[in-house]
Amino acid sequence: MIYFDQAATSYPKPPEVAKAMCQALSYAGNSGRGSHQLSLAASRLVYEARCELADFFGAEDPSRIAFTANATESLNLALFGSLNAGDHVITTETEHNSVLRPLYRLEERGVELSMLPADRKGAVDFTGLGDHLRPNTRAVVLTHASNVTGNLLDIESVGAFCRQHHLIFIVDAAQTAGFYLYDLKRSAIDILCFTGHKALYGPQGVGGIYVRPGIFLRPLKMGGSGIQTFSKTHPIQMPEALEAGTLNVPGIAGLLAGIRYLQEKGLDKLRQEEEELTNYFYAEVRKMPGVEVYGDFDAQHRCPIVALNITGLESSFVSQVLVDEYEICTRPGGHCAPLLHIALGTEKSGAVRFSFSHFNRKEELDLALEAIGDLARRDWGEFL
Amino acid sequence: MSVKRVVVTFSTTTEAMAWECACKKAGLPGRLIAMPVQISAECGLVWLITPQDRELLLERGRELGLNYRDVVELE
Repeated sequence: MIYFDQAATSYPKPPEVAKAMCQALSYAGNSGRGSHQLSLAASRLVYEARCELADFFGAEDPSRIAFTANATESLNLALFGSLNAGDHVITTETEHNSVLRPLYRLEERGVELSMLPADRKGAVDFTGLGDHLRPNTRAVVLTHASNVTGNLLDIESVGAFCRQHHLIFIVDAAQTAGFYLYDLKRSAIDILCFTGHKALYGPQGVGGIYVRPGIFLRPLKMGGSGIQTFSKTHPIQMPEALEAGTLNVPGIAGLLAGIRYLQEKGLDKLRQEEEELTNYFYAEVRKMPGVEVYGDFDAQHRCPIVALNITGLESSFVSQVLVDEYEICTRPGGHCAPLLHIALGTEKSGAVRFSFSHFNRKEELDLALEAIGDLARRDWGEFL
Repeated sequence: MSVKRVVVTFSTTTEAMAWECACKKAGLPGRLIAMPVQISAECGLVWLITPQDRELLLERGRELGLNYRDVVELE
């Protein structure tokens, strides 16, 4: 089996991840819920992971990192926790439904929404950002990298714009956390939403949110916190304010192991390997007759994703044949990014997404290239 | 009142864990215990020390930039 669905979830995980999770199951109790050795072991593990994440992202303080289930929960938290009726928010057509659907719900509740368009390459021109500014503009929410094309969006210039106009800058780092090196203390990012199970190599079901000091988010969930039991309200102090209920301690143990793996191997080195794989695949596949590739490949850096279609074939059909005949795993369809597919002109066909990690090998890419060539040349006759 | 124990209280579990981590690294005395009911029946952790260690601990805590909510003397 060849796995090219790294943008959905990374596979394989470093062996240390599963080991750390199994160990946590054997020694960790419920974090923040007592002073016996199992509870303290869990609390120490969670604090250690918080410290490592803060260090990894260059955050001011470990308490500014809260654990969530995934990037979707973090984004819901960021959007519902910061926007009120009458506020205006700016976003783009490249966003995932984890941003769009909360925004549509907020729109029903009186939040105004402006959408910057994506072009046929999925790129967004931010030079006109100022034209969208209104007196009630409160935030800009932006994916750092498209999960369809792999295009990186210009968070530097958007961040500078947000600083200049005192807007909250919310970044969806689902595809970039673990791929791109953040320095949150120095960047203009106010809220960073990330998941653990993609380029951070942790397990599914664990993610997090960074919230800049001075920003208060209304929590989505309230309940057990391990502190202030007799208060009728949930604690407002970070990170417990955003962590109601029992934390996913085994998941956090796995995420910690994933981050340590990245730090040991070197994020820059791994990213370079992934970019080399992506560039090689793109250079070869773009030459193939009957194959259309989507995305802005003029950019110097991009996430390790190549989305394509074979003329006359539906993406779901191609993806199914790839797995059935060649044991190659890809992701077809709309990738939960409807507006971007409309911009790319692929709202009917979807696209076949190949996404890579440093665990992939050039030989695997060669087999995939051969398979795509076969499919593009094949006479499908009665199948179509 | 004869003070037999002193506890440092915290606003959050994270604050308590940060305190423990820093104290262990710095070789400072004390340990985490559950919030004594003499203070409150709330959940939470506190840092237990002897009265003799109080000044040293708080001075070093300030130097290390550690946060805490209160210091409570217990009989």
